[in-house]
Amino acid sequence: MRTAPQRPDELSRPPRVAGLQPAAVLWLAAVWVALWGDLSAFTVVGGLVVAVAVCLVFPFPRLRMRLRVRPLWLGWLVVRFLADVVVASVQVSWTTLQLRREPRNAVIEVDLRTDSDLVLTVVAEMTSLVPGSLVVEARRSTHTLFLHVLDAGDQRGVDKMRRQTFALERRVVMALGADTGPVQETRSEEVSS
Amino acid sequence: MSAVLVCCVALLTVASLMLVVRISWGPTMLDRVVALDVLVAVVICGLAVEAAVNRHTTTLPVLVVLSLLGFVGSVSVARFTQGSDDVEEERA
Amino acid sequence: MSLVDVADVAAGVCLVVGALLTLIAAIGILRFPDLLTRMHSATKPQVLGLLVILLGLALRLREPAALGLLVMVAVFQMVTTPIGSHMVGRASFRAGQVRRDLLVVDDLSHTLPVDPTSPEK
Repeated sequence: MRTAPQRPDELSRPPRVAGLQPAAVLWLAAVWVALWGDLSAFTVVGGLVVAVAVCLVFPFPRLRMRLRVRPLWLGWLVVRFLADVVVASVQVSWTTLQLRREPRNAVIEVDLRTDSDLVLTVVAEMTSLVPGSLVVEARRSTHTLFLHVLDAGDQRGVDKMRRQTFALERRVVMALGADTGPVQETRSEEVSS
Repeated sequence: MSAVLVCCVALLTVASLMLVVRISWGPTMLDRVVALDVLVAVVICGLAVEAAVNRHTTTLPVLVVLSLLGFVGSVSVARFTQGSDDVEEERA
Repeated sequence: MSLVDVADVAAGVCLVVGALLTLIAAIGILRFPDLLTRMHSATKPQVLGLLVILLGLALRLREPAALGLLVMVAVFQMVTTPIGSHMVGRASFRAGQVRRDLLVVDDLSHTLPVDPTSPEK
């Protein structure tokens, strides 16, 4: 346990035991077993010991979110994502190989409709992974993403990108059912996380 | 499979040479770190190609570690780049 | 041709396509005029190129244990890449290393506080 807090944000830091989350421990143990490459009592127990130790040494604030995963919509989200990655990769490759042409880029603001942090995070991750768009700035307060779009061309391309991002957000909301949003946390907790 | 190996090694070698040129040119630290990130990806690809051609799993843990640690360099450089203080613009 | 041969041929195609995508990414890194544009190239091989190469490797190894590790590589790469690219993109935009003359729309610049010490390029 810590003694006197050195920084203001340590006041609100959760106790170390709160870092022990079953899901995290199981996931870390699974990684350990996979790295050993065989499933035996030795690797499983060793993995659990290491996982608990890691969670105690590096406590992570508990994620508070209400998830209602809908498998069919999740499958659709993944399939559409992979299709987007392939299509966009071909487009970006084509832009790259047109050596004589300078791309016309854009930085656009996309104000997400939901106020869930989880949806913001997932949408930001997925738009970053799909080539052609890159999250330059994310505002948690207003749930706004700023995207850098490769070779948007003109206003039509910009509008298309915005529509695609909103469609992605809708698919994420349908798949994870996070439209209710997480429990709003206080500012001080947020700083320490 | 040996034809595949020759082909992949040639492509990846040319790619890494281009990346080394970019790392050398810069002009900023961020440019270099992005190119270094891609160089790590090239290394991952090379190891994976070699493992596939020779059908062994010895290097797979190395792939796991590289895929986890590859981004640490760029994050730390980005964090300490001038003018990018990591304070959210909540007051604005 | 047996099923094993088909898997081997598919694996070979996957490996070459992945290497080709990586090469295209390197070309992009070398040729694009500013950092944010180059980062589009940078995130690309780490997604599709790597996924395709891992798929080729999985087709060639055909072992469940190895498959688990390969899925982990793919997941880790896909979780960490956006973090790195977002941090670098954000830092470079704030440091003013953007070719604003290449932007057709810019919603962000006027909302950011201007840093007088940053070099305007």
